[in-house]
Amino acid sequence: MKYIRVALSLITVGLLAACTSSPPTDGQSAVAVEDRSSGAASSGVDNSRVVPVDAGSADGKSAYPELKDPKSVLSKRSVLFDYDSYVIKDQYRSLVEAHAKFLTSHPNVKMLIQGNTDERGSREYNLALGQKRADAVKKALTLLGVSEGQLESVSLGEEKPSCGDASESCWSANRRGDMLYSGEF
Amino acid sequence: MTQRILTFLRSTATVCALALASLAQAQLSIEITGAGANRMPVAIASFEGENALPRAVTDVVRADLERSGLFKMVELGPSPMGADAPPDFGRVRSRGADAFAVGTVAPSGSGRYQVQFRLFDAAKQVSLGSQAMVMAPNQYRTTGHRIADFIYEKLTGEPGVFSTRIAYVLKSGPRYELQIADADGSNAQTALASKEPIISPAWSPDGTRLAYVSFEAKKPVVYVHSLATGQRNVAANFKGSNSAPAWSPDGRRLAVVLTKDGQSQLYSVNADGSGVQRLASSSGIDTEPAWSTDGWIYFTSDRGGSPQIYRVPAGGGDAQRVSFEGGYNVSPRPSPDGKSLVYVSRNGGRFQVTMLDLGSRQTQILTDSAKDESPSFAPNGRMVLYATEVGGRGVLAAVSSDGRVKQRLSVQSGDVREPAWGPQPRN
Repeated sequence: MKYIRVALSLITVGLLAACTSSPPTDGQSAVAVEDRSSGAASSGVDNSRVVPVDAGSADGKSAYPELKDPKSVLSKRSVLFDYDSYVIKDQYRSLVEAHAKFLTSHPNVKMLIQGNTDERGSREYNLALGQKRADAVKKALTLLGVSEGQLESVSLGEEKPSCGDASESCWSANRRGDMLYSGEF
Repeated sequence: MTQRILTFLRSTATVCALALASLAQAQLSIEITGAGANRMPVAIASFEGENALPRAVTDVVRADLERSGLFKMVELGPSPMGADAPPDFGRVRSRGADAFAVGTVAPSGSGRYQVQFRLFDAAKQVSLGSQAMVMAPNQYRTTGHRIADFIYEKLTGEPGVFSTRIAYVLKSGPRYELQIADADGSNAQTALASKEPIISPAWSPDGTRLAYVSFEAKKPVVYVHSLATGQRNVAANFKGSNSAPAWSPDGRRLAVVLTKDGQSQLYSVNADGSGVQRLASSSGIDTEPAWSTDGWIYFTSDRGGSPQIYRVPAGGGDAQRVSFEGGYNVSPRPSPDGKSLVYVSRNGGRFQVTMLDLGSRQTQILTDSAKDESPSFAPNGRMVLYATEVGGRGVLAAVSSDGRVKQRLSVQSGDVREPAWGPQPRN
């Protein structure tokens, strides 16, 4: 009876794993093979078993309609950068100023700045380059009077391209800093 | 009770049938694209009694040895050769094999089987060793990998890596899965599924945990995840970005990259996230740390203008520049013996896996592809696993340290990326 219950729970784990996320395992149970020649006994901890986890994600809504209103400059959130550049271009000055004004007049609102890069090269090095773009936006906002405590600059590197082709027009769209407000991250 | 189990199984199986059909295409398939120059001819006779198993153990052994690129399989015909019968050396020699294995699979009670095998040197007509294992019938694959490891080690003098596992990220549509598979790509299991990217998986030295970067909180956060329980904890979630985890050789600390004090810089933390310490300082980007077994931390830095490889003593000290050729050298990984370094270099717009002999300072480009990323050594140092692109799709590939043996692992649909070769199992 005990063996049946153990078998049932193993089968349940296997089937649930297959249902939720993992591919079929070719009838292969993950229990360790005993090695009689070395006299090793099974330790009881199944080190080859992998339990699937779902990460979930945070998606929220903003309380300030002007941030979403297409007629408001505040609905525009992206600053694009040149290749290998981490300097905010003049054409984005008014956009950054508008967001700085909103943040200084709403000191309880927080902003997450996400830096992005194109896909070429190492993912982790690109993550560090994306951070430089996010930091450039953050620095511009603090110079305009926004409190450091309202801002967090992070990088998504090459992981979240807004455009998926391997072309220069696409790559330039992916070299950007995005501004997200409380409730949006 | 039996009836309840059957009813339960039937209903679950029905629910799962569709899901299983669609998931079958997520299985990694392996393809050999290059082999060694002088492959040793080896024969694995069919084991006596192995037809009682779901699949032949010797199929797994032959596939493993063949895939290593070091052996050429010699056919001995369908008739099995048992472990205890005196071997027919003449027959084996006439087929041209230098070494051969014979074996017997026999019931050992409670539905289990004993697999006994022996390896012979065909020329000297001597036994090179034997082993016996007890297994459940569906463990034929695990047993086959262990037999292949035994044969590989007896014939090459180095440990085999057929029983190891690999981690990688599968992206299919908007879904990211951190998967664990056997080194031959079979038996893939999902450790983490997410709608947001997952990068930089790193195996703990004992193979029980993975550290990785997940973007599920809309920013990069480093987690440590116990595979057998699914339990995970945040190892680094400071203000700013947290990334590039690398385990210390004793498995107690992680080198990580944090931006809490400004630009991307190297720190170390305990695996539970406590005890943060600075590892190095520069005015540029420092990232991609990798701990060597001989006391160094290798990393990528653009402190000199372009991204190059540097190292610092793990206990603290001045940084030394390691790479000098070319304007883009990233993602360093020291070999298990600390004598060489593999990394990605940009050569005329192509990103390629490159090997540096730290003693002689000689470099060798190991691949002929153009978008290589994330190299990692097999635990015996013989092969390097990396991500690349074929036909616009992400695939995994492996290349031997001398550049001769080449394999490719891909899925039918979806991108595979961010591979990490796990350590030797400690069972």
